[in-house]
Parts: sequence; C-alpha cells; structure tokens
Amino acid sequence: MKGNFSTAGATGSGRLWLVLVSAVALLVALPVLAIFWLALFPEENIWPHLLDTVLFHYVSETLVLAAGVSLLTLLGGVAAAWLVTMCRFPGRAFFEWALLLPFAVPAYVIAYVYTDLLEYAGPLQGALRDWFGWQTARDYWFPEIRSMGGAIAMLSLVLYPYVYMLARAAFLEQCGSIRAASRALGCSPWQSFLRVSLPMARPAIAVGLSLVLMETLNDFGTVDFFAVRTLSVGIYDTWLSRGNLGGAAQIACSTLVFVVLLISLERLGRARQRHFVQSPAADRDAYSLYGTRAWLAHGFCALLLVGGFGVPLLVLGGYAASNFSSYWTEDFIGIARNSFFLSAGAAFATALLGLVLAYGKRLFPSRAVRAMVGFARLGYAMPGAVMAIGVLIPLGAFDNALDAFMRSQFGISTGLVLSGTVFAILFAYTARFLAVSAGATETSLDKVTPSMDRAAHALGRNSWQTLWSVHLPLVRAGLLSGALVVFVDCMKELPATLLLRPFGFETLATYVYQFASDEMLERSALGALMIVLVGLLPVILLSRSLGRARREGARSTILQETEAPAL
Amino acid sequence: MFTRFFCRVSAAALALGVAAGSVAAEQVNIYSYRQPFLIEPVLDKFTEETGIETRVVYASKGLNERLQREGRNSPADLVLTSNTSNLMELVDKGLTQPVDSAVLEENIPAQFRDPEGHWFGLTTRARLIYASRERVEPGEITSYEELADPKWKGRICTRSGKHPYSLSLIASMIAHHGEEKTKEWLEGVKANLARKPQGNDRAQVKAISEGVCDLSLGNSYYFGKMITNTEQPEQVDWAKSVNLVFPNQDGRGTHMFISGAALAKHAPNRENAVRLLEFLSGEQAQYLYAEKNFEFPVRPGTARSDLIEEYMGEFKEDDLSLTEIAAHVPAASRLVDEVGFDF
Repeated sequence: MKGNFSTAGATGSGRLWLVLVSAVALLVALPVLAIFWLALFPEENIWPHLLDTVLFHYVSETLVLAAGVSLLTLLGGVAAAWLVTMCRFPGRAFFEWALLLPFAVPAYVIAYVYTDLLEYAGPLQGALRDWFGWQTARDYWFPEIRSMGGAIAMLSLVLYPYVYMLARAAFLEQCGSIRAASRALGCSPWQSFLRVSLPMARPAIAVGLSLVLMETLNDFGTVDFFAVRTLSVGIYDTWLSRGNLGGAAQIACSTLVFVVLLISLERLGRARQRHFVQSPAADRDAYSLYGTRAWLAHGFCALLLVGGFGVPLLVLGGYAASNFSSYWTEDFIGIARNSFFLSAGAAFATALLGLVLAYGKRLFPSRAVRAMVGFARLGYAMPGAVMAIGVLIPLGAFDNALDAFMRSQFGISTGLVLSGTVFAILFAYTARFLAVSAGATETSLDKVTPSMDRAAHALGRNSWQTLWSVHLPLVRAGLLSGALVVFVDCMKELPATLLLRPFGFETLATYVYQFASDEMLERSALGALMIVLVGLLPVILLSRSLGRARREGARSTILQETEAPAL
Repeated sequence: MFTRFFCRVSAAALALGVAAGSVAAEQVNIYSYRQPFLIEPVLDKFTEETGIETRVVYASKGLNERLQREGRNSPADLVLTSNTSNLMELVDKGLTQPVDSAVLEENIPAQFRDPEGHWFGLTTRARLIYASRERVEPGEITSYEELADPKWKGRICTRSGKHPYSLSLIASMIAHHGEEKTKEWLEGVKANLARKPQGNDRAQVKAISEGVCDLSLGNSYYFGKMITNTEQPEQVDWAKSVNLVFPNQDGRGTHMFISGAALAKHAPNRENAVRLLEFLSGEQAQYLYAEKNFEFPVRPGTARSDLIEEYMGEFKEDDLSLTEIAAHVPAASRLVDEVGFDF
C-alpha cells in the first residue's frame, strides 16, 4: 500500500504541488520556527536550576494532568460514541448531536463556573453548612475544586468531544460485515468491541486524543486558576519573572519534543495498519438496550452533557439574564461580530491550507514531506502567549524589512503592514489550529482507497482535477468538521488575541477575560454565554452534516451514486 | 462599470487613509499592562480636557516583546505597567526614550522616577498583611519577618510566590537581609501556609473570611476595592473580616512598589504622550487614582480619599530604591523555586 498513490510525482502539476505544500508548511511553521530560534539565545542556562529545584514537580504535575485527562476523555468519548452509534436506548438520537455541545464551552469559563458553585462561598457548601450547622471551613471536609482533580475534571468535561467526534465517525464508517463476522466467530459483544471495532477505530481515536493532549499541554488559564503547576506555568515563569524568554522557549520546545514522541509512538504502534471503506455500516443499532442497561446508557450520556454544558449554560444564563439590558449594548454586538468574522476567516483559511497539506502528503508520502507537514502542526501544542511571540517575530521582521526597503528605494515609509492588524490574529489562529483541520481532513482522505486516484489518473485527470472531482466530495465531511472545530477553537482563543490585537479591538474572549480575571463572573457571563451560543452554530451544522452523511450511507456509497458517472 | 467601481473604492480607501493620518496627530497610543477599568476613568478625563484621543492595547503579558519586534515602526507611544520589573526591562532593552519635563520632575519625587527620565512612577502601593479580626489580636503581628514564626503554622494564605507582587517583597527582603536569611524566612513562611499558594490577593482575604486561614499578604488598594464593592456586596463582608497591618513600622517601614509609565523609543506622537504623562502625574489624575483605585498618589500634597484616610492614615514607607529591588527579582524567583514555595 505504500508509495505514491497517484503517479502525479512525475508530472508538472505534481511538482507544483510539492512547491505549494512546502510553501504552506513553511509559512504555517514560521511561528514555531521563531520559537526554536529564540531557544538558541537564552539569557542564562535555565536547566541546572530547574533540574535542582522544580523541574520534577512541573513534569510530574504535567504527566498526572495529561494522564488523568486522557483517561477521562477516552472513557467518556469512546464509550459515548459507541453507545450512540451501536446501541438503541432512550434519547439516543438527541445525545448523538448534543454530546458535542460541551466543546463550545471554553475551559477557563467552565473552571470559573464550577469554582463559583463548589467553593466555600458557593451555594452547595452554603446549603450544606446551613443543613448541618457548620460554622467555618475547618468544621468539615469538602473536596477542593481548585486542585489537580478539579483541573482534570474541568478539562475532561470540555475536551472529551474531540475523542467522541472522531471515534463516532470511525465507528460509523466501519465496515459492518467485519463486526458481523466477529460475532459469527463467537465473539461476545464486548469481545467484538475490544478486538475488532476498537482497534479499527484506533487511528481516529488517536487523532482525537492527540488534540486533547495538546490542548492540555498548552492550557494556562485553567491550570493557573486551579494552582496546578504544569510545564506551561514553568514556561511563563521563566519568561516573565526571570526575564529569560530564550529559556522559556527551550522549555516550550522540550514540551513539543514530548508531543512528537507521543505521536510517533502511536504511529509506530499501528505501523502499517491501513484499511479503506468498502461498504456501509449496515448494522447500526446492533444492540438494543432495555431496562437498567438502557437507563445506564442514558444516564452516562446525560452526565457528560449536563456536566460539560448544562450546568455552565444555566449558571451563565442566570447571571446574564439578571442584567441583560445593561450588558447588551451596541459595543457588545460589535465585539460579538469581531469574534464571529475572525473565527470564520480562520476556519476558512485552515480548511484550505489543511487540505493542501493533507493532499500534498497523499501525493508525496515521502519522509521529508511528512516531516514538514507534521512540523507545521506543532503550533497547537504551544502555549498561546508563546505562540503569539512566535507570530510577532516573523511579522515584525517582514514589516520592518519592507519598510526599510521602501524607504531606501522610494523614500516612503510603509510602517507596519501586518503587525498589530487583524491579519496578525488570523495568522496566529491559522498557525495554531491548523493541526485540527489538517488532522480531520487527513483522516478522511486516508480512508479513500488509492484505487480511486489510479482510476482518475488512468482516465486522464491530473492531480488538481482528481482533487476537485474525486477527493473533495469524498472528504467534504472531514473538511467541514475540521473547519467547524477550528471556528469554535478560535472563538475561545484568548492569549494570542490579547497580545496581537489592534488598538481598542475586543473579541468575546478578551471581553470575558477582562472581567473573569478579576473574578467578576457576573459581568463576564453574557460574553461567555455568547461564545457558547455562537459556538453552537457550527456544532449544530456539524451534527446535521454528519447526520446527512449517515442517511446517505457510508462514503463509498455516495461515490457510487454521484461521482462514478462523472468519471 | 467595474473600473469606475474600483476607482471609487480606491478613492474611498485613500480618503480613509488620509483621514486616519490626520487623526493621528491628535491621539496617543498606549500599550497597557494595567487593566482597562483601572485606567479608563483617568484617560477619559484626559481626552475631555485636551481633545487628544487615547487608544489602548491591553495585555497581561508580552507587550514588551511586541514593542521590541515592531521596532522603529511601532505605533506605541506610552507603556503603562503595574510593576517595576516591566519598566526596568523596557529600559534595559533600549525600548524607551528619556523625557525631560519640569512638570514631571516637580510632581514625582526623585525616588519614584529614573534619574535619566526613562521611566516614571505614577502611583504607589503598599504590600500589607491582612489579619483576621476574629482570630488575630491587634499588634500580634507587626512585621514581614514574623510571618515565618512557627506560631502561625497552618494560618497563612498567599498568592503564588512567582507573582510580581510576591517577588517584589521577597526581593526587598533580599536587599535588607541577604539571600541566605531570606531563604530561611521563605522556608518558614512556606511551612506556615494553610494551603498551596493560589488565587489573587482578594481570594486570600476571602479565605480569611471563610476561616481557611488567619493572615494573608495583599496590596493595599484591594481593601478599598472590596469594601466599596456595590456590585458584589459579599466582598464588603470579606473586607470587614480583616484588619490591615502595615508591617515594619518600628523599623524600615512597609514595602512599597509602583505602577508606572515609560515613553516608547519610537513614539510617533511624542508630544501628546508627554502631555499625557504630565497629566497622569498632575493633581487631578493623581486624585482620581486615589479616589477610584485606592492607590497612593506619588505627587506630594495630593488630597487623599476619605477611605484611605479612614483605614490607612499615615504610615512609614520603606524607601529602598526601586532599581535595587528590581535587581534582586531574579534571585527572588530562584529562591521561590529552591524552597518549592508554590508546590
């Protein structure tokens, strides 16, 4: 199966692809490259000190957090995906799309909401004190929300949809006859799940999990709020309180090495495993659940949905409603509009560039191209503010070089063309979130059998025409879901937006931050609610599109019906 | 048809550009580490009086790097910071230019500004000990040094040792006692903590009101912010649960730090920026700072707000130079790691 899928490599359009892929990968990798460059010039060597003192703590807290979040998101995401695709139980049709909703809630917002509810002064502990007549915090024990456990729970509640979404798509696309065969060969439903369905879905689940892990590693807001000191806290500390940006960049780069190791380990694990969709999953609803089991399934899905979405929505909605008229102003609508257009722009850009990278990699699966494409995605694992510094450097260098050139040649100053404009934010979003859309597109593209490429080529289509008329319709769902996830991610993005924005420019995330950072949850509620609600749009679109794909059967069926005549 | 449309669009764009250019003469661009709602009242007053528009980018970190990377074309005129370290870093990296202004020299006492005029302090704040009214007798603690006394075991709350406010206090301890003694002290304080360092200064006072701990460290103005908080009345209760202790009144005085400003090296609106600086150091703005933010004005003779008079009165300030404190901050950060203060 290895080697060139098409023989495009030899043709002119093939070479053009190679150039295009390299250019896009390089452009998107610029911020990460800038950070690597910074890492070469530390103020002082930070490592002896770190090794002697806190490095062990940073690393162990990071590992515990990553392990906890991985475990919970895998458990929640995979189990829920399996339940809604393969089992029939009350409420399944609703949960199937609703389980994506927590994804629209930013982690820092859910952290504030639950702290508000569960801390000493919150309604729950207050009620308990009234009930039992306790006076102070010293009279009783209550789990501390601001803790490692709290951070794991909060991050898992809003990150599990990554795993859920990809696992669900994978289960849907699995060939039903294989599962049927496993059952006929004597596997119990559990064995069939563990030995057949799960291993087949593993690549997709791994993509989901790697996104979860990268989000966990780059998170600063939530862990800082919960006093969990991960490596990203170490990065900011080295940069800000020790004035050693280079040292901070070194820690950030080491984190990346960790991510790369993790990903390659997974790749190694599935080595040459590869499968292509041949027939639709005919056996949806393979298992009908009744009685207790049905309600357990229902309860499990409800727990994820209420915990990750219902509770934050109620709390924020309550606050927002109480003062709606004073917060809902012209300015606020303008801010919401900024967020929407920025995110939409970034979603479009990442979809386009992600497709270029994924398709280029398909045409040229050489080691160099794979490495380049992989590198271009690393921005996702970088803490946002560090990524923002990585954006400042190339843009500043470009602007000042252009300005100097124009001054010397034509005597006019162009000033800053890109720095401090909306473009800088868009660039940061694209560089940061490309991993998401490229990953989703690639997963879809990988499932298209190479015989399609060969057939198209044999029929005289070049690689562009093949992409347009064969692959694009087939990966539409993957492309769309990738873009929509990016949209939601951009709505939530804070640290890069904060630093790179033009004068007086606010997005919903910066609006929420200015109040929430001062623990004024009430004032920030409407903004946070808007992030969630606007984030709902793509989630609904996404679930509808997935629903349509399902009604039309697996993708190969679409091909047979619509695209085959065109060939 | 299309050509005509195109011409109109470019004409409009050109007009817009020209308009933007002409506006530029009457504006001042600010990079601010200080939160918008802390500076907006003062900036609004400035615009009202001078007609000069202010434009702000607020961010909690990275503005120094942004200024540096934008280089000679940076639009920023003024950088407002909430601590000394950021100011010193700007100067060290050569991102500032000196201001020579008689007004500033008259308004700001020498210890709160750079002798060369590269940075200016605008307000001062004190690092206080907040002590529980119920559980700590007045006079039971009078100095920072006593925070390490084992009698406070399990009774102290504080924010992260890595926060600039914590680092500034630790740096001042280094300046007075040397690194070795300070490390011992820091170990003592850590042993007395009721919980892992977390939250902001207000959260510590809240913890006292909830009975989690009895003492905390916090900046002076948070008290004013809490006790006058009409939007969140529960904060009034937090504030009422504590007494303010101004440490080391019998010795060197209470640790002070500043919020300040520096003029960007390539400020395109230099004149307006200097005018704003002068305005910020003037009587009206200084009074507003005290009235709205409960910070202490740097300008001598500025009327203090009633609230500050009532709760804080006159007190002895540690007059250690800000430059010296800033020089010890990296060592302070190292000590925080060495004693594992935050873990």
